[in-house]
Amino acid sequence: MLERSVIVLASFSYLGVLFAIARYGDKRAEAGRSIIANPYIYALSLAVYCSTWTFYGSVGRAASSGIGFLPVYLGPTLMVALWWYVWRKVIRISKTYRITSIADFVASRYGKSQALGGLVTVIAVLGIIPYISLQLKAISQSFTILLHHPALVMPAQAAERPFFQDSALYIAMMLAAFTILFGTRHLDATERHEGLVAAIAFESVVKLLAFLAVGAFVTYVVYDGVGDIFARAQHDPRLRGLLTVPPSPASYGTWAFVTVLSMLSIMFLPRQFQISVVENVDEGHLGKAIWLFPLYLLLINLFVLPLALGGLMLFAGRGVDADTFVLTLPMSLNRDGLALFAFLGGLSAGTGMVIVETIALSTMVCNDLVMPVLLRQRWLRLNERRDLSGLLIAIRRLAIAAILILGYIYFRAAGEAYALVAIGLISFAAVAQFAPAILGGIYWKGGTRAGAMSGLVAGFAVWAYTLALPSFAKSGWLPRAFLTDGLFGIALLRPLELFGLTGLDEISHALFWSLLANVALYVGVSLAGRPAVAERNQAALFVDVFLHTHGVDRSRTWRGSASVQELLALTGRFLGPERAHEGFLAYARRRGLPDPRALVADADLVHFAETLLAGAIGSASARVMVASTVQEEPPTLDEVMDILDEASQVRAYSHQLELKSRELLEATAELRAANLRLQELDRMKDDFMSTVTHELRTPLTSIRSFSEILLDNPGIDAAERGRFLAIIVKETQRLSRLINQVLDLSKIEAGSAEWHAAEVDVEDVVREAVDSTSQLFREQGVAVAVSATAGVPAVRADRDRLMQVMINLLSNAVKYCPRGEGYVEVRVAAVADGVRVDVRDNGPGIAREDQETIFEKFRRVGDTVGPRPPGSGLGLPISRRIVEHFGGRLWVDSEPGRGAIFSFVLPLDRGAEPGREEAQAAG
Amino acid sequence: MERPGRTGQRLVAVFTAGVILLNYPILFLFARPVSAAGVPILYLYVFGAWTALIAALAYVIERSRE
Amino acid sequence: MSKRILIVDDEPNIVVSLEWLMKREGFDTAVAADGEAALAAVARDAPDLVVLDVMLPTMNGFEVCRRIRSEPRWSGIKILILTAKGRDTEVAKGLGLGADAYVTKPFSTKDLVAQIKQMVGAA
Repeated sequence: MLERSVIVLASFSYLGVLFAIARYGDKRAEAGRSIIANPYIYALSLAVYCSTWTFYGSVGRAASSGIGFLPVYLGPTLMVALWWYVWRKVIRISKTYRITSIADFVASRYGKSQALGGLVTVIAVLGIIPYISLQLKAISQSFTILLHHPALVMPAQAAERPFFQDSALYIAMMLAAFTILFGTRHLDATERHEGLVAAIAFESVVKLLAFLAVGAFVTYVVYDGVGDIFARAQHDPRLRGLLTVPPSPASYGTWAFVTVLSMLSIMFLPRQFQISVVENVDEGHLGKAIWLFPLYLLLINLFVLPLALGGLMLFAGRGVDADTFVLTLPMSLNRDGLALFAFLGGLSAGTGMVIVETIALSTMVCNDLVMPVLLRQRWLRLNERRDLSGLLIAIRRLAIAAILILGYIYFRAAGEAYALVAIGLISFAAVAQFAPAILGGIYWKGGTRAGAMSGLVAGFAVWAYTLALPSFAKSGWLPRAFLTDGLFGIALLRPLELFGLTGLDEISHALFWSLLANVALYVGVSLAGRPAVAERNQAALFVDVFLHTHGVDRSRTWRGSASVQELLALTGRFLGPERAHEGFLAYARRRGLPDPRALVADADLVHFAETLLAGAIGSASARVMVASTVQEEPPTLDEVMDILDEASQVRAYSHQLELKSRELLEATAELRAANLRLQELDRMKDDFMSTVTHELRTPLTSIRSFSEILLDNPGIDAAERGRFLAIIVKETQRLSRLINQVLDLSKIEAGSAEWHAAEVDVEDVVREAVDSTSQLFREQGVAVAVSATAGVPAVRADRDRLMQVMINLLSNAVKYCPRGEGYVEVRVAAVADGVRVDVRDNGPGIAREDQETIFEKFRRVGDTVGPRPPGSGLGLPISRRIVEHFGGRLWVDSEPGRGAIFSFVLPLDRGAEPGREEAQAAG
Repeated sequence: MERPGRTGQRLVAVFTAGVILLNYPILFLFARPVSAAGVPILYLYVFGAWTALIAALAYVIERSRE
Repeated sequence: MSKRILIVDDEPNIVVSLEWLMKREGFDTAVAADGEAALAAVARDAPDLVVLDVMLPTMNGFEVCRRIRSEPRWSGIKILILTAKGRDTEVAKGLGLGADAYVTKPFSTKDLVAQIKQMVGAA
């Protein structure tokens, strides 16, 4: 009865109905009367999750692992409970920023990065292709099996047929055509396909009813209910194992890992993102879907185990693939109608998945992969074209065809190596790689583009190594040694036991390593780097999407959810209940109301509460606090952090102000100091001038006095006349010496003194200086001794200037030595940095506080203590400047009462050069 | 009107309960060859817990809409 | 009885010239080379006039002037400040401290002698 023509006709009729529904849905949408704008349609369309993998594969998996097929459905059940927070946010973000695909979402979150969008697209396409090929395989298998009706022939080696006889190829082509018709008839700005969603919801109903029909038939017609099947199975030792789970860590691990994997897949499979986010009409539909969708999953799984057990018992020893039980059970029992219904159910599961998946993928391929590349090709002049929609549609159609062809190629090449369930899980593990970037991206502002990129690349690479490549190896594309010995024969790199990790099944193993690499790099690289400004902006827009979309619907909702009590309580929290109540009471009285409770929580009251709060906690914080109450959402950690941020910014500003004013003060102080220094210099110059004039006036006074005396007293006796004339001569000499020294000093200071540098034997100079002052020593009764260590090297210096220094120091020493018992000792010695000369006297010594002042001009210590020795007061300053000119230094070491040691050091090789240059310049 | 924030928290609680009920170790307490009305208790337990979760979700959601 | 003049200066040659000039005019002279010696000399035998330099060891001339003026029994002593410091402020300071005259170095011998004779009333 089931001729090929009947099957083909039924198939096309079914697809025709689908198409009609889609057309109707689109028309209604254009007319503004959407048929999908209700939570039931939304929940049913979510069931696109149940592909042929569910329809046929669950029974197959149950036949081999018992209850192990369930985590794939328990995961989504658990996950949708969290959708209230997670998916509502993703939907809000996507609607607010008009996001059209999962690639778009990731790219947009991380600074609208084209590279990231492209990467996500590539991962999605490569990850999903096995899954699509699985649909082709299932549809073509079921078609082939049905064709051989009533015989039960397993389509064992599809790959051995030439491709033009392969029904899978025609199915792929038909699906491509149908998808193109469905998905890319026109281009919608929001990428929404209302008719398609309606058709998908219809398909969900069909596949559920078909599965339930087969299940109920086998359970209640063939057998005597669920209890009967289980009871019989328990008598079969081969089946008893399926009724429980081996209590081993491996099975706990697999259970948990597959649960997690399916929790992620329900969000990040491109078709799920397409249906649940992009095609979502109203955020509010999410609520009912949270319990309707799990209910659907429960129903479609109710009869899986009875079907598996029933099939295994009925087909015992007949070599029927458990993946086909849903179809072969009615066939073997000669229920042709039911078998056709089952076939159509499988077809609906397969087409639904393929259509939505390829549409989602083609959108990504077009928007995130092809167009960015095309738009960069200047020679195409795409930027100049006014309407690109034709091009976009063409690209999408090509993408759909290409994806299905790739799926077919994979089916031909690798399809036989795996059961349906295994292939599906490989795809699940691929899309699970999107989880860190997306979930991190909507809750963590710190996630960066580089972090997302590295995480995705690493996760996908590990996925490819531990799942995709092994599947190639199993299909014979790669040497099997790759599996058994690892890459390059390194055992630690065995793709199924990476780093020696055993005890996990293939999928759990791959999921563990890939997500570990992914999360570690995402977090690590994000923390190591800094997000660019664009990334930061996008991060804020995504993470704070509920803050940024206050808009119209906010203002509509807050009025309902804000209450006077809450505002009062909030205000009371910061102001104290009494003060808050007083404030509200006063506000109520102003409005002619007796009691705050009679107030309406309107915008004015909110504003009043905010103002009241602002007095206590600042206006910015008050706004956030009030907003949080008004929106009925407790302030999140981020909001609190924002408040703190703002406060710390204000603090930072004031700190900066403080710094500035401190700098100002410092500058003022510096100015004042500089001013004082200037005044000091001025005063010193004044002092210098006054001292110079004083020093000049003193000899002048004697000269004038005696000249006048001699002039006015011609009768003065000869001896006295001689004495007076000698004084005049001496004072005149003193005067010229003083004038010379002042000039000398000013020349040295001005840098215009003449220097004649030559190799100078210091000891020689010292002895000569002692010789030339010997008269002075004798006059004063002061003894002098010179000692020198052997091998004192010559230094480059001006011999005459050095002599001047020595004479200054010697005459200085003599001056302060006690008469008669004075003793001056001169030592010359080689030291590490040159030649050192010490002139030691046994005079009164110099107090520590005076030891620097004596090197100042005209500062003679002893101006106030003891007899003033003769001298201009310029000798030491000049000597010090001379020594310094040759790169040396001159200092005094003394204690009052113990004499003084004047010392200087001349370096060996420095100081001569400038002297020579100056000499040459002067010459 | 029920506060939406409450609904979210209740859903998180259901989620947490589901994670605990449908995983090691509680789930594996029922992995023993005991049957009730012919059906192994593991099977009964998983579907029972699953149904209870869905009921809880439905209760939380529908209550928030009243 | 001839008038007594105390010469206070630390420049030996200036002291020589002043001594010679005072002796020529018939005054008795005493010499002190620093401030403390000057006060000691005044205390020992109060002169009629002090010729006082300012830049002195141990105690400057202004201080010596102030101390002499602070003793009522020495109120009759005339003080002539003779210094190379010729700035107005210093002249004012010296006169303010009770000096009777202020002559800057180098000085005219004739004028100085005339001034001193006038001050001691010997003219």
